[in-house]
This record gives sequence, structure tokens and C-alpha cells, in this order.
Amino acid sequence: MFEYSMAEIGNIVVMQAFSGLSLFSVLLLMALGLAIIFGQMGVINMAHGEFMAIGAYTTVFLSRVAETYGIVNYYFLFAIVAAFIIAFIIGYIIEFALIRHLYKRPLDTLLATWGLSLVMQQIFRSTFGAKEVSAVLPEWLMGSFQPTPDIDIPINGVFVLALALVVTAGVYIFMFRSRWGLRVRATVQNRVMAGAVGINTKKVDRVTFALGCGIAGVAGAAFTTIASTGPTTGSLYIVDSFMVVVFGGAASILGTIASAFGIAQAQSILQFFMTSSMGKVATLMVIVGILMMRPEGLFASKVRK
Amino acid sequence: MSKTNRRQFITKTGALMGAMLTAGIISGSAYAADFPTAKVNTTKLAVTDTTVKVGILHSSTGTMAISETGSIQAEKLAIAQINALGGVLGRKIEVIQEDGASDWPTFAEKSKKLLVNDKVATVFGCWTSASRKAVLPVFEKENGLLFYPTFYEGLEQSKNVFYTGQEATQQILAGLDWIAKEKKAKTFYLIGSDYIWPRTSMKIARKHIEQKLGGKVVGEEYIALGDTQFGSVINKIKLRKPDVIYAAVVGGSNVAWFKQLNAAGLNSKKQHMLTISVTEDEVLGIGGENLEGFYSAMKYFQSLKNPNNEKFVAEFKKMWGPKAVIGDVTQAAYLGPWLWKAAVERAGSFDVTKAAAALPGYEFKEAPEGYVKVDPNHHLESKLRVGKWRADGQADVVYESELIKPDPFPKGYQ
Repeated sequence: MFEYSMAEIGNIVVMQAFSGLSLFSVLLLMALGLAIIFGQMGVINMAHGEFMAIGAYTTVFLSRVAETYGIVNYYFLFAIVAAFIIAFIIGYIIEFALIRHLYKRPLDTLLATWGLSLVMQQIFRSTFGAKEVSAVLPEWLMGSFQPTPDIDIPINGVFVLALALVVTAGVYIFMFRSRWGLRVRATVQNRVMAGAVGINTKKVDRVTFALGCGIAGVAGAAFTTIASTGPTTGSLYIVDSFMVVVFGGAASILGTIASAFGIAQAQSILQFFMTSSMGKVATLMVIVGILMMRPEGLFASKVRK
Repeated sequence: MSKTNRRQFITKTGALMGAMLTAGIISGSAYAADFPTAKVNTTKLAVTDTTVKVGILHSSTGTMAISETGSIQAEKLAIAQINALGGVLGRKIEVIQEDGASDWPTFAEKSKKLLVNDKVATVFGCWTSASRKAVLPVFEKENGLLFYPTFYEGLEQSKNVFYTGQEATQQILAGLDWIAKEKKAKTFYLIGSDYIWPRTSMKIARKHIEQKLGGKVVGEEYIALGDTQFGSVINKIKLRKPDVIYAAVVGGSNVAWFKQLNAAGLNSKKQHMLTISVTEDEVLGIGGENLEGFYSAMKYFQSLKNPNNEKFVAEFKKMWGPKAVIGDVTQAAYLGPWLWKAAVERAGSFDVTKAAAALPGYEFKEAPEGYVKVDPNHHLESKLRVGKWRADGQADVVYESELIKPDPFPKGYQ
């Protein structure tokens, strides 16, 4: 390392710190929706990645529309809202048609949602074509921010980071500061008793599931700034999403945040000092090691079993 | 007859002969009569007096559908054109299309179905090396014939396969020579996806850089397939400041790689990059603005200026829509049916052994890429081109090599 000057090393440390934060925000956005569905409802949603793809395709579609009208600079925030709404509605319908019949058979949700993910992938392929597509990004999202001539902070990374923080805050307020969140938590803790005090638990389930899907849609929309969208895009994200949620402790949203942060920093730093694939292997080994000692994940919820 | 004068007679017979000739061209039967089925088909292939069955075996579903769709389209276009010219030995080509579904065992199973049940005379298909390796034992055992379109890592040669794409040395060496000379590059950073093709290619590239060009490899990195996070890798590249990034990243990772590289400020104004994994097909996903000014080493670009290619591009768009783009592999897939036609006609037989033996030495001058010659090692002698990407997703060809002989087992590079 002595062949580099102090200034060079300083610049790299700054950019490397940001790249860790950027990976953290990506993992967090991926996992938040799943943390709600898996953590709060116990549904193993293998189609989570496909809901991200719905958000991504929504954004790509709207970018095409915006391009024809010459309003590329303004559509993106609108696209995120639209991605949320569309994924929310589809999630709502799927809960009604499929998931609600399987609450008593949690392992069957795994098979059913996996089948659903294959169906959705083929629908994407037939509708949008097999080729990968990209959204046309507004000017203000491209390029980099340069505090000094040698430091480049990617603007899309800053944007994803900000969005992850906003969504996390939104989820926190919804779950812990609103009547809806109260009902969700009550249903999770004791379904029968919640029903007895007048909470419509079926409706709570449906909205919770749809909310998780909606957040996945937002994540998908955000990821169009860093990667492309294809029919199988979702399957790239599903493993990482589950890894973050399981490592964090299934029923804890705080755990998901801590886990995303830990995994992102470990991976980012290890990948810098090792090769990229070895860095990933090392990260996974650390996770396996910790899970062997703490099978419930980082933040186990203290409930009486 | 008494009322028919001489002039009328000539007109009538002329019309009759004209009609016979037309009918002959359309059905091919007059021509086919010179090649009786019993003679041109001694191995019980699906050849009748008027038709011959061939197989197309690509993935139209699954991950690889993205890449293989273009190959299917090109092969169908070539077959339609050949049929319009009267077919092969006077027989119309009938296509049996099977879906490999991006799954290698499925490829093996479907190839067996095509060869054993359907008795096809040849197969155009496969895209990844993994799928080719899966079907190879089937083709060798059943003595089938395969035309394989993708540029690949080499280290293979089979009497049952013709490789219409470039093997690794054809694609790598001339491109490195060019960029080392043109940009006075001394230091290289190698990056690829983590599987056999990039790893073999980088091995060849490293040997060439260190031994022939006197340069230095300052980093070599492989990314897991499908990985989309390049932050740390890009920072490493920034620290080591290579003259050239030499890249072979594929699939979804490819798009993320270029987008993040640009977002991190490494665009073509600051950094030279030569890639061997970006064709016009990939640019659709990556976006021309993220690629502008970077270089690709390929044997074909859609923008090539020659009469063969202009005709090919026009007819491809006529068949598959004005928005269709044509990448390197698509063009190589288009060569397959034409080369097979030549093989059968040179052999005067559909028999696989005879046709395969007749093809080496054939010069195909109507190829969209210009000129190719089939080498005795079943690969094609072709040129390498370097294209500089434009924002509109097309490339300007900035360099064209001499014809390069294929060398699938390069000495000193293994």
C-alpha cells in the first residue's frame, strides 16, 4: 500500500465508505418489504423479487412515456409512487386469491409463491420481451458529485440511500406510530385475541402483505438507477433479501436494518481487500458462523413459545 | 393444329416452358429430380423428395432467452431466404424448433429428440458453452451435425460441430495489439464474470499482455454471475489507475457494471476500456449513453459498411421489425444455414459425414461480415473489428484486422 500517496488513500477511504453505505441502502430496500411479510406474517414469499420487477418495469414503462412527451427530468418521483401503488394492488389481489388459503400451511406458501414467481417471470417475458431493458434516467440522477477533483460520489447512490432512509422512516411510523401498525402488531402477537377485541384480522393480513409488496415495488423502481430490468431480475435479489432478513432476526425491523448494515460493510470492505467473489464467500462464511451461534438471528424477538 | 401458326406455337411453348421453369423454382422438384432421395439420403434422415427437416435448438424461455432470441431470428431468416431460392438440393427446409429453456440437461434431452425421433439433417443451436458441452456427447454418439454461433473460449473441436463464432484467440489477440499500439497502453485491469469463458479468455489475455506486449496486469477480478454491486471493484480500479480496463462481464451484471462505472465518474473521457462481451444486443439494456466512447472487439457490427451487410440488415428488419438490432452472435447464427446448404451441395448428399467432410475450404463471400472461410478445424477464418460505441447504441468501426486463422488450441496460452 506504500506505493500510493496519503491523499490517494484518503480519497479511496471516502469513496469506499460511501460504497459501503450505498450497498447498505440497496440491501435495506430489498429486505424491508420481505421483513414485513416474512417477519410479521410468517409467509415465505419467494415471489418477492418479482414484485421488485413489477416496480422496475413500471419505471421503465413510465420513462418511455416521459421520453415521448419530453419530461424525462420530472417523471422519476412519480414513477416511484406509481410503482408502489401498482405493486400494492397486485399484492392485495394475490393475498386474496392465493396466500390467505395457506396461512395454516407455512411451508406450502414457499412452493405456492415460488410457482407464482415462475408464472410472473413468464408474464414479464411475454409482455415486455426477453431482452433486458433500461429506464431512461433524468439528467439529475446521472454522473457524480465531486467535493474535490479526485473524489466521485455517485448521485444515484445518494438517491437510493435517501430513498431507503425515507422508506424505513415510513415503515417505522406505520408500524409503531399508527392505528394500523397497532392492529398489525396485535394480530402478529395473538390472532384470536385481536379478533376478539374487534380487529378485522383478515383485512390486516391483506393490507400488510400488500404493503410489503408495495415496498418491494419501490425498491425495484430505485434499482433501475443502478442495474437493468429483465424478466428474471427478481431472482437476482431474492437470496440477498432472505439473507438480510434471516440474519437480522425474522420478526424484528430493527434487526433487518442492523443486518443490512453489517452485511454491506463486511462485504464492501472484504471485496476491496480480496477479490470480488472471495469477498462474497468470506461474508457468507461470517454469516453462517454467527447464525450457528445465534440461530434466531441478531435481534431475536423475546416471545414466549 | 391446323389453326395454330408458327408464331402462336412459339408463344405457347415458350409460355409453357416458362411456367415449367417457374414451377421448378418454386417447388424445386425439377432440380430435386437430379438428386434422387435414395442417393442423397443413405442414413435415413428426414429427407423426402420435396422437403428436408432441420432443427433449431435455443432457449426461448429462461435467463438465456435474452441472448438466444436474436440467433433464432437470424436462423429463421436465413432458412426463409434459402427456401425462396429453391431450398437445398431442390428440397424445402422445414424447421422443427425446440426450447432448451436455459437448462443444460433439457438441451441434451431435446437434442436427442431432434436427432433420434425427428431425424433432422442438421441442428442450428446452443448459445452458452455449458449447453454446447451438454449436447456434444449426443451429437457425437448419434452422428448429428451442429452449427454453433457464439464466440467462445476455444479448447474444443468435434467432427460433428461447426463453430461459426470466433474462438478466444481470434477475438482477443488482435484487439489487445490494437489498443496497446493505439493508446500506448502498458497497464491493464482484467475483469470478467466468474465462469469458464471469461476465465479462459483472461488467461489468454494475461499471457499475451505480459509476454508479447511487455505490459503489466495490475488487477484481475471475477464477479459472480448476476452480481450487481461494483462499488468496491470500481474503487480498486481507481486506486490502481490502469491504462485500459479489459472487460468480459455478462448478463445483468454487465448493465450494472457500466451504469455504476459512469456514476463513479469513470467514463470514456477518463478511462479506456476494451470489452469482449458487449454487442448491439447488450447495448439495449446498458443504454448507449453509459457506453459512449468505450470499445468492443467483435467480428461483426451492425453498422458495417458493405453491400452484403446492408442487404442483410434491411431484410432482418423487414422480417423482425424496424427496432430489431443485430449483434455479433446473431450474424454468426445467420451464417449457419448458409454454410450447411453449401456443405450439402458440395457433398451432393445430406449424409452428415459426407456433408461435414465437404465443408472445410469453403469460402462464403456473401456473409454480412464480408468474407469467411471454413478452416479444416471446423472454425471460421474471419476478421476482427474494434467498434467505438456511440450514444445511439451503434458502433463506429475504428479498426479492422487481416483475416485471422482460427486456433482453438493455442500453444503457449494454456
